[in-house]
Amino acid sequence: MADAQSTFSVEAQALVQVRELKKHFPVTQGLIIERQVGSVKAVDGISFDIRRGETLGLVGESGCGKTTAGRTILGLYPVTDGSVTISGIQVDRASKEELRTLRRKAQMIFQDPYASLNPRWTVNAIIGEPLRVHKLLPNDKARTDRVHELMLLVGLSPRLINRFPHEFSGGQRQRIGVARALASDPDFIVCDEPISALDVSIQAQVVNLMEELQDGFNLTYLFIAHDLSMVRHICDRVAVMYLGVMVELAERNELYENPLHPYTQALLSAVPIPDPKKSRLRQRIILPGDVPSPINPPSGCRFHPRCPIAKERCSQVVPEWREISIGHWVACHEV
Amino acid sequence: MANRILEVNDLRTRFHIAEGTVHAVNGISFHLEHGKTIAVVGESGCGKSVTMLSMLRLLAIPPAEIASGQVHYLGRDLLQISEHEIEHLRGKEIAMVFQDPMTSLNPVLTIGRQLCEPLRVHMGMDKQMARQRSIELLEQVGIPDAARRLGDYPHQFSGGQRQRAMIAMALACVPSILIADEPTTALDVTIQAQIVELVQRLRENLDMAVIWITHDLGVVAEMAERVLVMYAGFIVEEALVDDLYEDPRHPYTIALLAALPRIDRRRDKRLLSIPGAPPNLLLEPKGCPFAARCDLVFDRCRAEMPPLIQVGPNHQAACWVDVTSGKPR
Repeated sequence: MADAQSTFSVEAQALVQVRELKKHFPVTQGLIIERQVGSVKAVDGISFDIRRGETLGLVGESGCGKTTAGRTILGLYPVTDGSVTISGIQVDRASKEELRTLRRKAQMIFQDPYASLNPRWTVNAIIGEPLRVHKLLPNDKARTDRVHELMLLVGLSPRLINRFPHEFSGGQRQRIGVARALASDPDFIVCDEPISALDVSIQAQVVNLMEELQDGFNLTYLFIAHDLSMVRHICDRVAVMYLGVMVELAERNELYENPLHPYTQALLSAVPIPDPKKSRLRQRIILPGDVPSPINPPSGCRFHPRCPIAKERCSQVVPEWREISIGHWVACHEV
Repeated sequence: MANRILEVNDLRTRFHIAEGTVHAVNGISFHLEHGKTIAVVGESGCGKSVTMLSMLRLLAIPPAEIASGQVHYLGRDLLQISEHEIEHLRGKEIAMVFQDPMTSLNPVLTIGRQLCEPLRVHMGMDKQMARQRSIELLEQVGIPDAARRLGDYPHQFSGGQRQRAMIAMALACVPSILIADEPTTALDVTIQAQIVELVQRLRENLDMAVIWITHDLGVVAEMAERVLVMYAGFIVEEALVDDLYEDPRHPYTIALLAALPRIDRRRDKRLLSIPGAPPNLLLEPKGCPFAARCDLVFDRCRAEMPPLIQVGPNHQAACWVDVTSGKPR
């Protein structure tokens, strides 16, 4: 009973609920008669909540499934199994009407500010597109006014409204991407590596902008990144993925100061610290080998072939995803 | 002085393109000591890679033009020697590793073939010897089952393994200088840690000097002895690594360090951001390139580029302001 209650109270504040989410991509062979010979288990059963107004960080190395998870949550890829609920709408079973609401209320900011903006469209057309698609404003005049407003909001001069993307720097392009995401007045934004293509001095500008907007509009972010220092700065809670599964989830300071999963420990110890004296004293865990293929993930715990503390059962039994202390989840036999 | 293996003086590189002239490198000077590691840090477009490519004469001329400078390597000026001589040096005595191992490996040749080539060309080895040495090299950079993997093509290697293979290739002829241009930028942090450790170990074993080019101030802290900070084609600060992080003397370096989120600290406030963007390199540089973004700017900064000024032992900064007092020099 107590359990049911605590679950209920958490769910009450959760804007996004992800349950046992799986996304597999088929691997096919044969040119004329294609047959499926396997599947890439990009996301293989992950569960978490994102609370209203928070920033949840999703970290892991390339190929761990973090981008696929973000896209599947928004319904950009069909769900293989499990469920995603955003503001009470179940994404994988939504009606057309519900999907339209969802597309307006849940937005995305992409990694590459060069590839995610149509080079033949003006800034006005790019930022105004969500307004047009969702018929949010009655006419062109009202739309242009709103685009003006959005440009000011993200720190772009409205004088540039008729320019094309190639006339902007990387940081400015990412501001255009942010303005487009904000146009339809969303509650939830999936930010897929929004700053990793930018230089350090520009990253801080964009991150600060995203934080100001979050405060101003009570936005909820899923922040997908591989820069663990930036994630510690911007996120309230952080989830770590490895090869399609979640290995650890905790409040930010708890995760960085008391990482429990051996993969999280190795990952954090590999991040260079911009302080030469400190980095000389630091004990590093260097993981052997590479991340295995998600087509044939290792049995048991997926991390066991590279794990410094793996025991026999780690190769046989999948570790349970359990809450070790309040809000600190981990999947490891040895914790 | 005698220990200097490389000395660059007043190097200037420009690119003549349809839109005008790009002032990529604007008169930089630095040196490298035998067996030491220097890091060149800066953001995209600051000229760090162009500097290295100019030194090794790897730029297509035109559009590039090396407008001035000398690059002394063991008594010879790399910019003056014949094409034949520089070809002989490149790869044999000065080797370079690039950012993206996929584009710098030939996709249709096996790793073994690509490893053997420099050994046969530069070291005059026969097929059997070259093969033997290739296996040793791959083992040295930590690729398991090396003999079998010689027959693999680049796409059969993972990203980290490809970068290891590139390093093995660069080390094939035991160079005295290794230039690594953002070698870990495309890799994940755990793989980056493997590569950084590998290069450090090899540098000690082979007594090689290393120039490590990066935008990542974390990696610099970890592996360099001396650091050059570049901005818009100028060296704006040069210091020993500890001094640079503890007592940065150029407003750009100070701002850059303050803009970095820290994994080892609890967050206390918003990041300090540097307003604006780097200058347009199509314009002739006038005054300090950082002036438009600098808090401490005054009239002289806009008119005249400050030279590198000695601010401490082994520490130079190109700024008209003494940042410790906030007053003009």
